[in-house]
Amino acid sequence: MTVLNPSGWRPEMGERVAAALDAPETVTGNRALHLEEPLLFEVGRMDHCGVDFDQVPGSPLAALALRAAPVDLPGLSEPEAVRHYTRLSRQNYAIDLGLFPLGSCTMKHNPRLDEKVARMPGFADVHPLQPVRTVQGALKVIDQLADWLVKLTGMAAVAMTPKAGAHGELCGLLAIRAALDARGDKRDVILVPESAHGTNPATAAFAGFKVESIPASDDGRVDTAALIAKLGTHVAGVMITNPNTCGLFERDLKTIADAVHGVGGYVYCDGANFNAIVGRVRPGDLGVDAMHINLHKTFSTPHGGGGPGAGPVVLSEALAPFAPLPFVVAGGDGVLRLVEEAEGAAEAPEAFGRMCAFHGQMGMFSRALAYILSHGADGLAQASGDAVLNANYVLRRLEHVLHAPFGAAGPCMHEALFSDDNFAEGFATLDLAKGLIDEGYHPMTVYFPLVVHGAMLVEPTETESKAGLDQFITAMESLGARAKAGDPALKTAPHFAPRRRVDETRAARKPRLVWSAQGA
Amino acid sequence: MSRGCKRMRYLPLSDHDRGEMLATIGVPDVDALFADVPADARLTGPIAGLPGHASEMAVERHMARLSAESLTAGQVPFFLGAGAYRHHVPATVDHLIQRGEFLTAYTPYQPEIAQGTLQVLFEFQTQVARLLGTDVANASLYDGSTACWEAIAMAGRITRRSKAVLSGGLHPHYVGTAQTMARFTGDKLITAKPELTAAPDDDTVIAAIDGETSCVLVQYPDVLGRIPDVARIAAAAQAKGALLIAVVTEPVALGLIESPGTLGADIVVGEGQSLGVGLQFGGPYLGLFGCREKFVRQMPGRLCGETVDADGKRAFVLTLSTREQHIRREKATSNICTNSGLCALAFSIHLSLLGGEGLARMARASHLRAVQTAQALAAVPGVALVNETYVNEFTVTLPRPAAEVVDALAARRVLGGVALSRLVPGQADLANALIVATSELTSEEDIAALAAALAEVLA
Repeated sequence: MTVLNPSGWRPEMGERVAAALDAPETVTGNRALHLEEPLLFEVGRMDHCGVDFDQVPGSPLAALALRAAPVDLPGLSEPEAVRHYTRLSRQNYAIDLGLFPLGSCTMKHNPRLDEKVARMPGFADVHPLQPVRTVQGALKVIDQLADWLVKLTGMAAVAMTPKAGAHGELCGLLAIRAALDARGDKRDVILVPESAHGTNPATAAFAGFKVESIPASDDGRVDTAALIAKLGTHVAGVMITNPNTCGLFERDLKTIADAVHGVGGYVYCDGANFNAIVGRVRPGDLGVDAMHINLHKTFSTPHGGGGPGAGPVVLSEALAPFAPLPFVVAGGDGVLRLVEEAEGAAEAPEAFGRMCAFHGQMGMFSRALAYILSHGADGLAQASGDAVLNANYVLRRLEHVLHAPFGAAGPCMHEALFSDDNFAEGFATLDLAKGLIDEGYHPMTVYFPLVVHGAMLVEPTETESKAGLDQFITAMESLGARAKAGDPALKTAPHFAPRRRVDETRAARKPRLVWSAQGA
Repeated sequence: MSRGCKRMRYLPLSDHDRGEMLATIGVPDVDALFADVPADARLTGPIAGLPGHASEMAVERHMARLSAESLTAGQVPFFLGAGAYRHHVPATVDHLIQRGEFLTAYTPYQPEIAQGTLQVLFEFQTQVARLLGTDVANASLYDGSTACWEAIAMAGRITRRSKAVLSGGLHPHYVGTAQTMARFTGDKLITAKPELTAAPDDDTVIAAIDGETSCVLVQYPDVLGRIPDVARIAAAAQAKGALLIAVVTEPVALGLIESPGTLGADIVVGEGQSLGVGLQFGGPYLGLFGCREKFVRQMPGRLCGETVDADGKRAFVLTLSTREQHIRREKATSNICTNSGLCALAFSIHLSLLGGEGLARMARASHLRAVQTAQALAAVPGVALVNETYVNEFTVTLPRPAAEVVDALAARRVLGGVALSRLVPGQADLANALIVATSELTSEEDIAALAAALAEVLA
């Protein structure tokens, strides 16, 4: 039997050290706490199962056409499953491990009380079609959260059912379409700034509108004059992100809103960055007709590796009658009721329909309400203030190393924007981002917004300490200096992550989206 | 502006830190950082009518009191389905999804430090494709109802037609969601209300297909629990150049009956909530989406693919993103940005614990409880079973409006089913129909309690 020795040393070499010892490999591919994990389909077996079932007497219904064989899915015993997923989890970076400064994504601490609350049985173990008198606890969560959202934004109403930010955008635009239809108005153009999230134009198109782009001004904001010049009776509305994707407050939003209203259009505000102003500014005071709120950003429900989110939409007086079904209303006897299809015809004749099955993201509502109650009105304003303070601190500490395209124009809001303008030839934002991985951080948002070349959008959030920011700034100063000097080691970063740079082109050229024994 | 909450448990900055940072920035106070906000829009104190901060103890107490105001499924005999099902979820699932590295990670845009999430998504896609019987599956959508509309929109892009035929057995909320969208996109939907017949409406659906039909939607099992002949409807649709979209709201049923993709469906969408996710009063849930490989570039939502890293090691990465909004903007296949990642993880863990054999046992146990329940209810005077076939959900007709009966059962602490009139109001011929679902959690005592309470209510 041959015993492998990945160091390359053999007995006849005596005390001589093999060359490979400088970078020793292991037989398993593991490196101490860095554990490789095969695919489920490589470790699981058809005869393994991690769930026991009691024997149930009886035989299947005679009329039932049974499948010929069980679904071809391997199983795992419980200990195998715990190891498989625990090992996989350790290949991930997460906010629980450190600073996660993804601009526009708001990766802040997720309080664990909120996880406990979401699992309370009165919210988690109730069916969406139970009689309303048996789900009063769940309905009260929706009602109390709705009350906070309306008051924090200074708006007339809120549609709670949209399941994520982009779904909220869709809800807002459908409300605008319904309002236009109600007055027999066929206008079909939505104006969208160049700096907008990609979801904005995609949503407008998905809702059947034509999209026209509005340029940005030199100071990183919407070009107000260009926007107003585009207005007319063909314009259904505008979609504006405020604070915008450059991390700046759109000073002219009220002026723009007045002009849009003047030609009979509506103002949609992308509320992705509401966390910067919550408790300090109410969008309703700026002429906004509809705005989605990403509960997972502003109110810190966990991002879960890419969802689920939740995107309630606050609406102005003008759009409130068109809000989708179902919604919660107070009954006369102190009991909360649901307005669904049965009640809608009489109580909400202009409701534009239904966004989805059931009542929205209850699991996110209970978390967000616990977060909001914990902070209170005073704490939410303190949180937005600290978020803006942290971002400006990063901006001012780093603008001498990295080019800050709008740094001279004044303070930023909750995120600081840099570009790769002063990097050495052949070095770009991606190289700095991958270097940041080696320093133990998740990279910032890169190459967005599109209006800045090689954009790097840093959102530290309010849940980072000053000491933590100082260490991040030190790492960024070093990486910025290396990118300017042209350190070749940066081109091949990351060096210490579970994987080196991955071949995205190969993945897209001949997509392998499911595992198969033949392809392995 | 005076703020009452300088110290709060989620905020690490001290006043000393804030002072040092303001000095570095060169402004006197935080309010100065909001100089771009017009002065008349800046609030000068906490918003009126909203309370101040609260301790963890106080918030937990408040939320626990609200929770106690609901009658929970676990407290009583429970028989609700109609698009959301209560199954046993192993404790391992909730433990694992609460690992911070899964719970508090973002979309895996930096694959070198997100292989955990990415490998889970690749495994999830494979599990979903095998379960649905499709070539490929995506990394999930919001829920079954929104996935259903995405499938209609996708069929329109593929066939360049805009008329969809929807079975009367399709969940009315799914129909409603599609109607909302179609109203604005101009797509034409041929819909029908559910009919209380022993067999599903396969013949009606087939008769409605013509040369302008882009797709045919059939729920399997349908909203009343009946099992349509997917193979036959698929053949009829495909003969006219239309796609067959199968909709599965109860994936556990597929442990017992053939996968719709295997039966010829071109696109299969579903609600994955039954596995791992729980009831949660309707959300967050999990949209399943699978289809034929040749349609992959028309799919909505995220896709994870296999590749290698610079050292040649196997790695996973989000791929084909040129379909998506952040690249294509108004030309994207969908506006969707998030998936339902954490729910997909829960689904995948639960299905890994089950395996194909475990899923079959779970489906069989759920089905046998349904058979027992149907027999017990049919023995109650005035109650008649509608279905010829069912897996773990069926419909009965009652001698009185089902909505009243459901309320009367709830008053006796039995959650006895979903009145069809809750989903399809205003139809006199459907008012007495009750949809009843079971699972491996249903006990013989539960069945006896439901039958007794129903007999009492109807007496």
